[in-house]
Formats: sequence, C-alpha cells, structure tokens
Amino acid sequence: MYQIGVSQPYNNNLFAPGHTACAGCGQSLAARLVLNALGPNVIVANATGCLEVFSSNFPQSSWEVPWIHSLFENTPAVASGIEAALKALGREDEAIVVAQGGDGGFADIGFGALSGAIERGHNILFIVYDNEAYMNTGVQRSGLTPFDASTTTSPAGGCSFGNPTDKKPVAQIVAAHGAPYVAVTSVGYYRDLERKVQKAAGIKGPKFLQIHVPCPLGWGHDTSLTIKIARLAVQTGLYPLFEMENGEITSVVKITPKPRPVEDYLKPQARFRHLFKPGAEEELKKIQAIADENIRRYKLYEG
Amino acid sequence: MKITLGGVAAPGSSRLNKTGGWRVFYPEFLHIRCTDCGLCQKLCPEGCIFKADKKNFYADLEYCKGCGICAEECPVHDIEMRPEVR
Amino acid sequence: MDQVRKTVVLEGSRGVAEAVRLCRPNVIAAYPITPQTHIVENLSQMVADGLLKAENIRVESEHSAASAVLGASAAGARAYTATTSQGFLLMLEVLYNMAGLRLPVVLTAVNRGISAPLTIHNDIQDSLAARDTGFVQLYAEDNQEALDMHIQAFKIAEDHRVLLPVLIGMDGFILTHSFEPVSLPTQEEVDEFLPPYKPVFYLTPKAPLTMGTKTDPEFYTEARYMLHKAQQNARQVIVEVAQEFKEKFGRFSGDLIDTYLTEDAEIIFVSMGSLVSNLRAIAQELRQEGKKVGVLKIRAFRPFPFEEIVRAISGAKIVIVMEKDISLGATGVLAQEIRAAFYGKANVPRLSGFVVGLGGRDVTRETVLKGLRLAQESDHLCTFLDLNPELLEEV
Repeated sequence: MYQIGVSQPYNNNLFAPGHTACAGCGQSLAARLVLNALGPNVIVANATGCLEVFSSNFPQSSWEVPWIHSLFENTPAVASGIEAALKALGREDEAIVVAQGGDGGFADIGFGALSGAIERGHNILFIVYDNEAYMNTGVQRSGLTPFDASTTTSPAGGCSFGNPTDKKPVAQIVAAHGAPYVAVTSVGYYRDLERKVQKAAGIKGPKFLQIHVPCPLGWGHDTSLTIKIARLAVQTGLYPLFEMENGEITSVVKITPKPRPVEDYLKPQARFRHLFKPGAEEELKKIQAIADENIRRYKLYEG
Repeated sequence: MKITLGGVAAPGSSRLNKTGGWRVFYPEFLHIRCTDCGLCQKLCPEGCIFKADKKNFYADLEYCKGCGICAEECPVHDIEMRPEVR
Repeated sequence: MDQVRKTVVLEGSRGVAEAVRLCRPNVIAAYPITPQTHIVENLSQMVADGLLKAENIRVESEHSAASAVLGASAAGARAYTATTSQGFLLMLEVLYNMAGLRLPVVLTAVNRGISAPLTIHNDIQDSLAARDTGFVQLYAEDNQEALDMHIQAFKIAEDHRVLLPVLIGMDGFILTHSFEPVSLPTQEEVDEFLPPYKPVFYLTPKAPLTMGTKTDPEFYTEARYMLHKAQQNARQVIVEVAQEFKEKFGRFSGDLIDTYLTEDAEIIFVSMGSLVSNLRAIAQELRQEGKKVGVLKIRAFRPFPFEEIVRAISGAKIVIVMEKDISLGATGVLAQEIRAAFYGKANVPRLSGFVVGLGGRDVTRETVLKGLRLAQESDHLCTFLDLNPELLEEV
C-alpha cells in the first residue's frame, strides 16, 4: 500500500491508472483532464456512481488529491460543509472545492442538494459528467437520457421508440439560480474542456460544468469511438457547448464546416439502432428537429 | 495491510491494480509519421501513454486496456491496434 | 460574559444553544422543524451577534444538513446539527454513513413522534430509528443534563478511541420549550474540559487521502467490526468523561446509567429521558408509603449498558419498563433490550413493558400507578397504558 502523501503521481496525472473503468470510458478520461487542469490544490466530493466505484475500491484509490465519497444524492451538501469548514478554519485558500458526479447523482436524485448549494452561493465547482443514463446500475434511464434512446428501463420495443422525453436542461436551470458561471463542454473537445475548467476555477462563487462523456457500454459503440461520438454530438447540434455568465450566454462552440445530419451521430450507437429500422423515419425527423432547434437557439451555425 | 479508520485509502494506490490483462488489442506505435502533437497521450482514458522523447510516445502495457482511442484519434495514423498475443 | 459561572433560568433550547456555543463548533448546519427550531434560532442569533464564530449553513433539507456537517467534519472541523421526527428520519441514511466514516459530529435529536398520523408532540420513536446507525446515543432527563451532555458529547465523540458521532435525545417541548434554572459553565472552564478537535484524518491537499471507499466482502465485515469496537470503547469513555465532568463542574447525572433508590428496591422503574424525573417523584412518594421502589435511568442507549443494567436491577422482584416508543409488531424497544440483557442470568426479576406517552400524551401519576398495579398482578410483554377504548374500532 502506498504511504499517504508520499507517492509521486504517475505520468504527472492526478488521476492514477489501475481504476476499473471500462475500456474507452469517456468519464474516466474527463475526470483526469479535469483534475490535471485544476492542479493538486483541490478537495473533491464525489457522488455514488461509476466514477466513484471504479476509482475507490478499498484499499486502493485512483485519486492523487483529497477526495471523499459519502452518498448518492448529497454530494453538493457534503461539499458545502467542506467549503464552510475551510472558511471557518481559515484554510480558504488551501483548495478549490469540487463537487462532482454523474447525471443521475446531480440532475436527478441529488438535484435538490445541487439547487440548495448553488442558491446559497458556496464557492464550489460543480461538475456533472453526463453519460445520459444510470450506467453504474446497468444503463437505466435518467432525466438526462436523450429522446428515443433505448435504455434498460426505457427500452425500444414494438410499442416504444425508447425514452419518450428529451434531456432536462440542467445547465439553464442552474444558470437561473444566478450562478456566475455555467458551462457545457465535452470530452471530445478537450481544449474547450480545459479552458472552461480553468476559467471556472478562477471565479468565486458557485460554478457549474456539464461534460458530455460517451459510455461505450451503455451507448453501444466501439471503445475506440468515444471521442468521435462526443464530437458528432456537437457537430450535429444535439449537444450544444456554451458558456453562461450571470445568466447570459456568452459563448458557443460553432459548428464547422457545417452541421452533420443527426444520423451520423445516432448510427454508430446501439441505443439508437431501432431508429434505423423501417417505420422509424418520423422519429429521425423529430431528432433532427431537436438538433435544428438547438442550432437556431444557440446560434451554433450561420450558413 | 489493515482496515483503516473509516476505510481511508492512500492516494494513487490503484496503481497496484494492473489492468493490462484486460487487453484484446494492443496499440503499436509505428514511430513513422508522428508529429509530436501529443493527442494520444492527452486522450488516453488510463493516462498511461508516456513520452520518451520527441516524437516518441509509448503505452504502458501494464495498464493499457486496449480501447483503441489513441489509434483512432492519431491525426497521422501512426498508431495501429494489433491483436494481443499471450 | 462567560467570566463567572452563573445560574440562570433558560428555555431548554436556549440552554443547549449556550452549551453548543461554549463548545466552539466551526460549522453548524440545520433545517427548521418543530420543536427543534429554538435551538438553531438561538445559535443563528449567536452567530449573527458575533458571539459564536462559526459558519452557519442554512441547508435546504435535513438530508443536506447531515451531509453538510459530514463534509465539514471530514475537512477537520467541529460540526453540529439538530433535528427531530421526520427530519431525523430524512437524515437517517446520512447518519449511517457519518458513523461509518468515523466523523465525530454532535447532533441534538429533539424527540418527537413519527407520522402517520402527523404529530408534533413528544415521544422517542424518531431517534430510536437510528438504533443501528453506529451513533452513540445519550438521553437527557432535564435541561441541566441536556446542557451538560452536549459538552460531554463532543469530548466523547472526538476521543480517538471512539471517533463516532453522538446524538443527544431531548424530549420535544417537555424539555426544549420549558424554562428551568441551569448552571452555565464559563468559556474558560469548557475550553479546559474540551480541547480543540484533533482529527486523525481530514481532507487537505497537504496530505491527500481517499475517504469513503467501496469494499469487497473480504473487508466489509472487519470495517463493521471496527465500528462495533468503537462503540464498545465508548462505554469506558462515557464513564471517564462523566467523571471528569463531575470533577470539573461538580455535577453528575449518571454515566451509562443512573440509579435512584435502587439499592434495596423491590420494584424498579426503567426509562429514558424526561420521564425519569416523573418516575423519581413517584418513587419518592411510594417510599414514603413504605414501598421499596427505585428508578433506573438509561442514559446511554448506544452503547447499550447490558452489564450495568443487570447489576443495578437484578436485586429487584419486579422491573417495570416505561417507554414512549413501540417497535410495531414486537414490543417497546427498551423492554426488548432489557430482556436481552437478562437472558442467561441468574435471579432474573419479573419484567413488564408498558408503552406510554406516545405523540405527546401526558404520562400522569395515575398512568404510572396503573402500570405498577398491572405489573404486580402479572407480567406484561407489551401493554399500552391509557388506551381509550371508545376510540378503538374492532378489526
């Protein structure tokens, strides 16, 4: 067992290998990029979920930074307590407090705690790794599962095209709380991700990052395609990347050279396979309409 | 090793868990067209691609799970995935 | 202020708030719920007035209150919260987690009944739901003891042999909203008694570590055993702290248990919380009539003082457990545990268990005397006293 605080990070990474994430896991990659962008002076509170389970199997841990997991739905509240403790103990400058988890942990079961912590104005960086379903328990639908995705609790079938609703607009809801900085980014755009992480770290108060992280297992794509799929989500207009500062959109990642048809994004993924069978043509049109509306609303492309 | 207070674990200690055994394909770094962009290193989910020298990257096969992201993302196709032979 | 020890008439909640202030918590997080409110209102005012230098987190739920003090404690702070009833139940998941993480938070569990039907009034069904959480559980008989117990609680919780959260059961309204004279210690005295919290592990980039790991079957049993062992260690620590408190402040209201006229008693009442005071008065009265009656107060419900109880009451002919709770489908919780304490022992007294005072119903002198009469006639496994037959529908 490594001695606490004496081992040197592996390959200059603050998230060590040996974790048990699936091959090609977008979340494990994003977590490493986030930590490396933040540096060692952080304290991380992590929700229950894939990221927690694959990184902290006693007696081992992949975290080179101080890190705590308590429960599924309470991570923003745990981080609130950490932030308050640092203040009370005069250790405020010691660390950036990060609260992170998946879409289930933050946008569903922990949404009340997230809302409370943001509304109270804690100086915390909240990060949602959005892999669009409950992957840790076997790919069940969450509030951030996209329209028509087939999951184990919203399966496609003779009478169903999969998930009947589209994604909850978490970033906009958080921005409506008055959070000074809200951004959506993607593991497919690592420069954008790193820039937003570092920008968020420099802002005082509650800041919120949503990171799109493909899940080869849950989405049913080849493990090598994690980055490609993440980029296609953006290039089709289905996953707009933007920044909101004090409630206003201040930047978007433009689509270049021009938007790709949604089929390019959907086709490599087993969770959308049912949309390419006869009779699903209308569904593809509905998904294209979602992308078109995003492109219009966020001004992702002016052709 | 003993049970620690509250189950506390040491930082980075998952390095003891060698995940290389999961691999079905391994990345072969051809070292022909490499432009030193470092994308393979950046985008490895294990963080196990090292830079030995200029234009000289390699994967630590003790941890590499063989996902193939490095080969897929290499802009000059200088990495190829080959079947693992054991 | 706080220069000289003084006796003042305070509301129970205010007394607890004063005690908590004297313990210098770094972080307080609480969510309002009747009848816990006066405690956190008082503390909030103290923070607002600069009398208490603490971060006060006004969380959006009890689940978050418990989670926030968990996080604060993990970061090395002394942390405090208070709740009751439904709020307590909402915290429950976090309470298990807090104990497992070995975080010495102190929690005032104002005692109130559980819905449905809704009641805002006192019984102790709420905090007994935390029986198996790993929390040390102490129950206060009166406002002075509630005040003293909070000062002791931090010391017990933070002892490195224990490192467990501690909850203090305090009867809602009966104690929290009643005014009694209490002796307030000085800040200097409390500082001497309770040094700053020194965590073994805490979250800091200076020495990174991982808290809250996941375990496989090869480790989980040992982790739970260590938690159980910490509870066992708490027996000794509770006794030591009570003794040290007595030496410092001149007051002793029991350690794991307290006894009243039990030495030669033939009949012994057993209870927890404010009901013990009623029983003391009745025992005194019955003594004057020549009846050998005594009272056993269970002060620590976790760790449960099996041996101490047996020693204190095995000389009696009849033991009568009076409790404001019911484990539905079984018996009163305390009666269950007292019976367990006697299993396999010699000279087992007769034992009756009575459920009284649910949802704020008064436990009168008549209630207790009725229980005494019934227990003398025959043994009662679990009998509700004072049931109104006119309200009951035959099913």
